[in-house]
Amino acid sequence: MGCTANDLVTALKAAAATIEEHRVELIQLDRVIGDGDHGENMDRGFKAVLTALDANTPDTPAAVLKLVATTLISKVGGAAGPLYGTAFLRASTAVKDRAELEPADLTEALTAALGGIVARGKAEPGDKTMVDALDPAVRAAKGDTATELLAAAAAAAETGADATVPLVARKGRASYLGERSAGHMDPGARSTALLLRAFAEVAAR
Amino acid sequence: MSRVGLVVVSHSAGLAAGVVEVAAQMAPDVIVVPAGGTADGGIGTDFDAVAAALDRAESGAGVVLLYDLGSARMVAEMAVEVTEGARLVDAPLVEGTVAAAVAAQGGADLDDVAHAALEAVEVPGGPVVAEGVAGGVDIIGSQSIAAAQPTAPAEVVVPLTNEIGLHARPAAMVARAMTQLDARVTVRYGDATADGRSVLALMALGARGGDEVHVSATGPQADEALQTFQDLAARDFDE
Repeated sequence: MGCTANDLVTALKAAAATIEEHRVELIQLDRVIGDGDHGENMDRGFKAVLTALDANTPDTPAAVLKLVATTLISKVGGAAGPLYGTAFLRASTAVKDRAELEPADLTEALTAALGGIVARGKAEPGDKTMVDALDPAVRAAKGDTATELLAAAAAAAETGADATVPLVARKGRASYLGERSAGHMDPGARSTALLLRAFAEVAAR
Repeated sequence: MSRVGLVVVSHSAGLAAGVVEVAAQMAPDVIVVPAGGTADGGIGTDFDAVAAALDRAESGAGVVLLYDLGSARMVAEMAVEVTEGARLVDAPLVEGTVAAAVAAQGGADLDDVAHAALEAVEVPGGPVVAEGVAGGVDIIGSQSIAAAQPTAPAEVVVPLTNEIGLHARPAAMVARAMTQLDARVTVRYGDATADGRSVLALMALGARGGDEVHVSATGPQADEALQTFQDLAARDFDE
């Protein structure tokens, strides 16, 4: 049994709830090493996603992902908009003709999402960005079921986000701080881990 | 005549508007559209606003986009990916916009306007930007500017008899005139040289009234270029 458009909508609603719940945490992380708007921007973006999903009923997983992409690009405002927007857009293209997503499709979608973020932001692993959560998640995304696969990906993303704490930022606003960016978790890596955890929890239901 | 338009993408509506104001003063007939801030008036970049600005700036000759930081670049990249005839340049925002606006005012095509923005970084002491390719969009760096042609250039010595020399308005006048000609024009003052199409490089020479500059040119319209420069100087740049 694969993941349908409806399942994806459920997962995205859970993701929006998680982002709202962690809004202040993301703001605080970003205030230390960035411009402090990541929590606000992500919350605005995902609230707009909820509105868009209520107003439209995309009938394929790819259509859902594309609607999320265009909404985030338009509404987020900071760098997370184009980055997550590109990620969802590439994921949508990767599963274009699927009616339901099998575990292999999820791996493909996550891989395409990572490719999109790397192309847009030009960050490499170790630069203290969302790539540090998503790259290990993609490598860990294996399993016979969506539940297994997403649980592994979420755990790897959380470990990856934690591992950004000692890093010195080399991309984005935090890179202007140089050495002073070390000692704090990257807010983008954190939000990536939060999203994957929300997806994994829905898959486990 | 339709001219190349410009879009200034910034995190701040005020900053974008200010850059547009400065550019418009030197290039009154060029459409320069600000796209700054988020839809609710905050700091950030708004994809829809950038896409709409691109639309407004397009009058058939193409649009060059310049940006300030981080997400402005990404949003501008995405807008360029979905728009034919739009070009994103990695140039300093103020200098690049002014140089591009002057080139566009003179009727330069999309390539030349983009290069004018990039040449703004070649002003002595200016920053150097890297070339990059991202998400299928070529971001032109200063390295991609073609080298001068190999033929020996014709050269004339031109006395500057106007009071302010090659300052802002005369420099803009020269750059506009040179942009319209198929010639590579180099202006030398002492040890410093400037591309004749770059208003900022010309200003940076610091040539004042009473000074002499050496003007050389190569290319099919080299002679016209030298004559035009001499004529402008003889008229004291209409001061």
